[in-house]
This record gives sequence, C-alpha cells and structure tokens, in this order.
Amino acid sequence: MTDTTANLAAKLEERFSNELINCVIDRDEVTLVLPAEHLLSVCKVLRDDEQFAFSQLSDVCGVDYSAYGQVDWSTHETTSTGFSRGRQAADQAQDADAVSETTDSNQRYAVVYHMLSIKHNIRLRVRCFLADEYPRIHSVTEIWSSADWFEREAFDLFGILFDGHPDLRRLLTDYGFIGHPFRKDFPLEGNVEVRYDPDKKRVVYQPVTITNRVLVPRVIRDDNRFFTPQEEQNDA
Amino acid sequence: MPEIRNMTMNFGPQHPAAHGVLRLILEMDGEVIERADPHIGLLHRGTEKLAESKPFNQSIGYMDRLDYVSMMCNEHAYVMAIEKLLGVTPPIRAQYIRVMFAEITRVLNHLMWLGAHGLDIGAMTIFLYCFREREDLMDCYEAVSGTRMHATYFRPGGVYRDLPSMMPKYEASKWHNQEEVDRLNDNRQGSLLDFITSFTDRFPNCIDEYETLLTDNRIWKQRTVGIAEVSPERALQLGFTGPMLRGSGIEWDLRKKQPYDVYDQLDFDIPVGTNGDCYDRYLVRVEEMRQSNRIIQQCAAWLKDNPGPVMIDDHKLVPPRREEMKDDMESLIHHFKLFTEGYCVPKGEVYSAVEHPKGEFGIYLISDGANKPYRLKIRAPGFAHLASINEMVKGHMLADVVAVIGTQDIVFGEIDR
Repeated sequence: MTDTTANLAAKLEERFSNELINCVIDRDEVTLVLPAEHLLSVCKVLRDDEQFAFSQLSDVCGVDYSAYGQVDWSTHETTSTGFSRGRQAADQAQDADAVSETTDSNQRYAVVYHMLSIKHNIRLRVRCFLADEYPRIHSVTEIWSSADWFEREAFDLFGILFDGHPDLRRLLTDYGFIGHPFRKDFPLEGNVEVRYDPDKKRVVYQPVTITNRVLVPRVIRDDNRFFTPQEEQNDA
Repeated sequence: MPEIRNMTMNFGPQHPAAHGVLRLILEMDGEVIERADPHIGLLHRGTEKLAESKPFNQSIGYMDRLDYVSMMCNEHAYVMAIEKLLGVTPPIRAQYIRVMFAEITRVLNHLMWLGAHGLDIGAMTIFLYCFREREDLMDCYEAVSGTRMHATYFRPGGVYRDLPSMMPKYEASKWHNQEEVDRLNDNRQGSLLDFITSFTDRFPNCIDEYETLLTDNRIWKQRTVGIAEVSPERALQLGFTGPMLRGSGIEWDLRKKQPYDVYDQLDFDIPVGTNGDCYDRYLVRVEEMRQSNRIIQQCAAWLKDNPGPVMIDDHKLVPPRREEMKDDMESLIHHFKLFTEGYCVPKGEVYSAVEHPKGEFGIYLISDGANKPYRLKIRAPGFAHLASINEMVKGHMLADVVAVIGTQDIVFGEIDR
C-alpha cells in the first residue's frame, strides 16, 4: 500500500494544485485538507475522474477540535529512559499532523469524509475545517447517496449545517431534543433525564440528577524518545 | 366520489420483525409502500462520546455491545486501530486466534441472521436448527473468554489469554442423567481446538440441512426472489458493503482486497450474487458460512502445531502476569500505572476497517497523545444499509418490508451506537 498511497498523494497534489491546502500521508493513509468552498467540485472530480474513481463514500463524520490537546492534569515530562506508556520505539517520526497546525486558526469544527475506490483499491480521507459559530458546508448527497444519513447524524450530534441536503432532520437523538451532544462542551451525562411520574401517570423530563465522575483523568505524556526535530522547534 | 387518500402506518418500534427498535413510518397506497421513513436512535447510547471519556482499553467492552451478534469482529476493528496508532504488531499466534474467532463470529452472526430472517418470513424450523449450532459456538466464546457474548477478548497487542487446553463439560443434574451428559460431553474431551475441529467437521452437513429446508423451497423463493433488487451501481452509491454489495455482483471483500492479520495466508473464496435480490443475498451469506468454516479449519490446524505467545511483551501496554507482580517491583508499578491511567497513544488519526459479517465496520480514531481517544467514530455497515430502506421497499408490498429488514441484517446496537 505504501507505494500506492505516495502515488495517490502525488496525483492529488498535481490535480488539485489550485484548491489544495494540504495533503498528508500518515501511517499509510492519505488525508486531503480542503477549504470548505471547494469541497463539491473536488468531490465530483474524485468520483468521476478515472485516476481516482472513488465510487463509494464510506463515512462522513463531524469532529469538534475545541478540546484538542487539553488535559485534566498537567504532568511533568518523562525522562528518556523512564516511563513511556506504551509508545513503541517504532518510527513515528513523521508525527507531523495537519491537525495541530490548523487548529491554531480557531476553526473549531471539521467534517471528515472517508472514501473508497473499489477500482484502485485505495482509501482517501478529506477534511474540511469549518467556522466557529455557525458551521455550515455544502452537502455531498448529490454525489454520493450514502452521505444522506451520515450528514443527518453530523447535524444532529455536532450541529453542522449541510446546504442542499434534501431532508436535514435529527436522526439519533430523542424527539424534541435540545443541543448537540457530541460537542465537547455538552456534558457527558446530558442535561435532562426521563422518569415515570406515578401522579401524572406519564413519563416526565427533569434535569439530570447524576453527576459525572472522572475516574481516570486525561493526561498526555510527552516521550523524549519520539521527539521529532519539528516538535522541538515548536516547543522552543 | 369519495376521496382516496394514502394511508400512513406506524411499524414498530415494538414489533418482532423490527429486529430491535426500528420505527418505520410507512406511507401506503393500499398494500403498496410509497415511502418508508425509518426513525432510529431508540437504542442510542452515545458509545462514541463515552469512549472519549475512558482510557483506550476500557472501551473494548463497549465494542461488543455495538453489534451484539458479532461481538469479536467489532473489537477487532477497534484494537487494530489502536495498534496502528501505536505501531505495534501482535504475535503471529494471536493473529491466527483473532482470525479464527472473527470467523467463528461470522458464523454466529450468519446463523442468527438466517434463523431470524427465516422466522420473519414464515419458516420456523430453520430458527431451531440455527440456534442448535450457535450454542456450540457460544461455548467456544465462553471457554476462551468466560462470557458467552460480550467477550472483551481482543486486546491491543494480541488477545487476552491463550486458548484453554480443556473444554468445560456438562455435569449430571436432575434434568440430565449421566448417560445423556456423557453423550453431550462426547466432543468435549479434548482441548478447545479439538472441539472446534469437531464442529467444523460437522458444520458443512448442518449447512446442507439448512439449504434443504430453504434453498429450493417454493415459499422461500416466492418471498425472496426478485424482492428489493439493487443494481451494482446503486449498491456502491448507497454505501453498501459486505454481503449486501456482493449480493449485487461486486466482488469486494476486505479480507481479500485489503488483508489484515493473517487473512492473506488463508485459502477461501468470495461468493458473489448476480441479481442483487433477497434470494441472492441469502445464497451469498450461506456460502460465506461454508467459507468461514474452511478458514476456521485452517486456523485450528495451524494453532495446534504452533504454540507461542499470544500477547506482545511490552508492559507499558499490557499488564504483567500476576505471579511477576508478587515479587517484582517494576511489574507492580507497571500494573498500577496501566490500571489507574492506561497508556498514552501517539498523536495522529487512523481509519481501520474490517470485513464484519454485515459489511465494512470501520473505526476512525483521532488521538491527541492522551490516554483516551480524542474522537472515535464508528462506521457501522448497518447504518448505510438501513438508510437505503426507502429505496429498497418502494413499490413492494407491506409483507416485503419484513423481508427487506431481514435481508439487510439489521442490528440496532451498531446502527444507533
């Protein structure tokens, strides 16, 4: 696969030299980062152009990057000989990810598309970052029918609006639900709960009575063995 | 002249043919479906959000509960995603065990599907036959992991423990006398692998029995042939994967095309349909059971000859053995850190997909370098399939809706997540 991913990345860069922000190969997977306004035109080419032929859209999902890299506990860095928590001495040197660079430009949401080319047996990930306040992007339902429910789900869970979607309704949450539960500022335990009220003889909604307990705090351990030159520069 | 109006009908969520909690709003013109609008989410538990709040290993158990009839295949995709991020490869024996159990799971899933699908459209006996064989496979699950369904057996870096050297046996009780119990224990005298081998020797004949009941059965054919035909182009457009795609004649199987673990060293075929109707999808799934049986046979033979480790030897990632902890300080520290904090996974994102019994089951994992996933997205095959139900049932009769739900192999654990 390594050869084909490099090949695909080269082709993408050549074909989309005008639109492309960034094309990254990480762990043998190609990620294309696009400005949202070019999404539709690029996707059409990706599906119809013979050298790509991404005939299937496997997945669409929203991501909320607002808490990226945040930890519950700040810890000290480990030594180069001490604990490294399951990080293998594998060559993860190319850890340079587009994510940390682009999140700086206060773009909170992203929509990530995974597509598959049956003809060339290759996968591609396309990511579009969206504006903070009212994230909206053009729907790709007219290119791939399978985007229909995936976009409804992203709308439901993240509040991302898809222009041109034929039927943008909530999908997974309750009838009359308020909020977008997969946003990072939505509490894990939710806002309301239901119970049966014996007096009213019906099910009623009420504010949640449980509180979220964090049993294992979120920590990030930096491992000196895997510091890449680029990261060191960033830290300096 | 009286005005003729379309009828709107509510199907489910409490309906035995709804396979869980599907609510369908059907717009009918007499007996004919004009439009079907599925309302899903009644089983939505927010697995993805929950996983974000837990260390990586604690979410393996949630994976079992997604598609609760093909438990280990879900785990497989998840642990492979973590392994890809960490850059570790499990030992070869662990890979064979995983593949063997993934295929056992496929048979489990297809047996459940066949029984339930048959029951839905009028066949009773097939359900009893299927559950008879499922019982033996459930015993394999139990022998290896201690539970019959939610195994939590696959771990990043291998599998939880090696295959047991003896199979649990039935004991005599007031319901089963000794003679009966001896007969039941007949193939449980050896190890788990012996039990699996005896199962695989017997199982092709069992599939023949199912086929005798259904394949040429006139009623079965009337209910499935020509129902919900999907062309290969539409199948790709709608995001179909697995037997749904192969039923439409596209030869696509991740086990062959993008092999993971040791699938590239095993010999099996991909069955493909021609018409893309319910009957072809039935034939594809039945043949898949035969192919899975072949894979299980090959894996069991390999595993008998090749003992070895089933977990990588890295205590930053897998807990040390209990005995080591008793007198080795470092092992105790490793154990403590693993169970109080877990392990950190390098920054990055991966998409790992497996050929799940229902189609392509993908895990998209974003890590920001913490001990918990930053974002976990589960790409459930059934989600894309159910999204197409409007197109598949349009123009068919009400009774065919049940056949279509059956043929899509709907399980709500994975669709609602």
